[in-house]
Amino acid sequence: MASSTAPSAESSEPVLAPGHTYATVTDKISAIVLRKKTGRRWWVGFLLAFFLVNVLFVSLAYLLSAGVGIWGVRTPVMWGFAIVNFVWWIGIGHAGTLISAILLLLKQQWRTSINRFAEAMTLFAVSCAGLFPLIHMGRWWLFYWLFPYPNTMDMWPQWRSPLVWDAFAVSTYATVSLLFWYVGLIPDVATLRDRARNRFAQIGYGILAMGWRGSARHWARYQTAYLLLAALATPLVVSVHTIVSWDFALAIMPGWHSTIFPPYFVAGAIYSGFAMVLTLALPLRKAYSLEDFITERHVDNMAKVLLATGLIVTYGYVMEAFFAWYGDNPYERFMLLQERPFGDYSHTYWMLIASNCTVVQILWLPAARRNVWLVWCISIVVNVGMWLERYVIIVTSLHKDYLPSSWDVYHGTFWDYATFYGSIGLFATLLFIFVRFLPVISMAEMRELVHHADEATEANPSQPAIQEGAEP
Amino acid sequence: MKPQIEARNYGLIAEFASPEELLIAAETARREGFTHLDAYTPFPVEGLAQVLEFRRNRIPLVVLLGGLAGGIGGYFMLWYATNVDYPINVGGRPFHSWPMYLPITFELIILGAAFAAVLGMLGLNGLPRPHHPVFAVPGFERATRDRFFLCVMATDPLFESGRVVTMLETLRPIRTTVVPA
Repeated sequence: MASSTAPSAESSEPVLAPGHTYATVTDKISAIVLRKKTGRRWWVGFLLAFFLVNVLFVSLAYLLSAGVGIWGVRTPVMWGFAIVNFVWWIGIGHAGTLISAILLLLKQQWRTSINRFAEAMTLFAVSCAGLFPLIHMGRWWLFYWLFPYPNTMDMWPQWRSPLVWDAFAVSTYATVSLLFWYVGLIPDVATLRDRARNRFAQIGYGILAMGWRGSARHWARYQTAYLLLAALATPLVVSVHTIVSWDFALAIMPGWHSTIFPPYFVAGAIYSGFAMVLTLALPLRKAYSLEDFITERHVDNMAKVLLATGLIVTYGYVMEAFFAWYGDNPYERFMLLQERPFGDYSHTYWMLIASNCTVVQILWLPAARRNVWLVWCISIVVNVGMWLERYVIIVTSLHKDYLPSSWDVYHGTFWDYATFYGSIGLFATLLFIFVRFLPVISMAEMRELVHHADEATEANPSQPAIQEGAEP
Repeated sequence: MKPQIEARNYGLIAEFASPEELLIAAETARREGFTHLDAYTPFPVEGLAQVLEFRRNRIPLVVLLGGLAGGIGGYFMLWYATNVDYPINVGGRPFHSWPMYLPITFELIILGAAFAAVLGMLGLNGLPRPHHPVFAVPGFERATRDRFFLCVMATDPLFESGRVVTMLETLRPIRTTVVPA
């Protein structure tokens, strides 16, 4: 298993099951949307998610009428669940663009079957993320005060504040992710338009496809634009969580004021994002029999990314503690070496360490990376762990500030939990709708993959690059 | 089967089963001197745009301009707000504190360039365009699934029905169809 031939054997494993043609990949993926009946499991899942959306609506309605006092936030912890949820969701939203853009630039062919779906996940996660800072403002109908617009007060936003940078970063990220996703979808909705049998679907997809006809000139511009979008999205995705981390690192709170925050936040975002991709992709693969497209190699690769980013995050935790010990700042020391591991929130802290640093080590074993159930369970643990991480960072630092007379212990209230679970419902509802109405895997890119596989088989029949076992 | 081609038609289109056949067909048509050609494929076929002598891909320029507009506009907005319109002296810090402008400038560069990429791609491609003559071709719906089409347009200076038909037939397409305008 540990022999030197192992990596080369792995790299020749298929990213697409053998025997597929342009027509079969197109038909199989488009059938999920166009031909298959809406299954009972879809309805059960959708209604469950939709129930949670209604929980969210009720929570928001109550919040609107009663104000943020319904939450657990009060002096000194003014950033409670809302900001924890914001950072958690925005982190999850990083995997989509990472998979789509960075892996595209690195020519990683295995990205093809998961990118569409991961991009959709990104959009929905960013939508959930955007909700929380808005409702946390209290008077959320004045959210546009964050943006520069001509106003009678002759005021501008505070340009030197990371919170304003954050508003720009997150809204840019949401916009660019949407554009990237839509551009990727254009050839596929054209396929759906051409394959749909009912008039309503033909018109609907026809409008979305904008008259795409696959002209060679169009493809040439399309490919350039798509590649440039990927090149633009790559630094963007890094910048977003960097700026989110500045929300903390530029403050002087002990436990926040640290230079390691940007890289460690970005790694954490990728960690939680890949965990969420696995959490969602594995059941989807099962439910729609997509094992031909999302192969064991995909699961294996994603598990490796999970392990690698998990190790970076662990390094971040170790360095935070090391800085505090080495740095001789009494407040930092108190917060990182005493309050976090042994204070009011020590149970949360140790749960976070257990979920983020310990459990993921199982993925060192190749057999574990191939065990779909195990990988799925680990991905859930990581999702929970990353939520706890943000909770620990935000709440422990705030609840014992520089003024001991104001120290307090923070706990989420019923409405905090209701809003959080409601946002999960919103995310899941959007995903269910997406899976039902749009192709979860890019058909155009899968056809390209078939083409490359054919070419490779023809050029060197004894060593097929992708379609292992396709030779006679 | 000899389709009748008239000047008012859009052109003549041939359907192929593989990208390799389409590439050979496109090369042949180019060798024969045809210039008003287009091909329709279910995925980008490498080398096809070059064979069709498509060189004016101005997308990179458009994206550059979009990024510059976003970046310069963004930086100007920040500078104007803090130096001209509403200067505030905070602890003697300079009004033109440019390091603080960089995050937003960066985001606006990306935003401008991304919009330019998408709108530029759609605009230069002439999309959205709900109707196009080739959509009337029977079986053209497979251009987004598994078939590859080469179209010789009637606007081509060398376009003459008999010659085009003969050329296309030698390439052994699945079928050749007249595209009505």
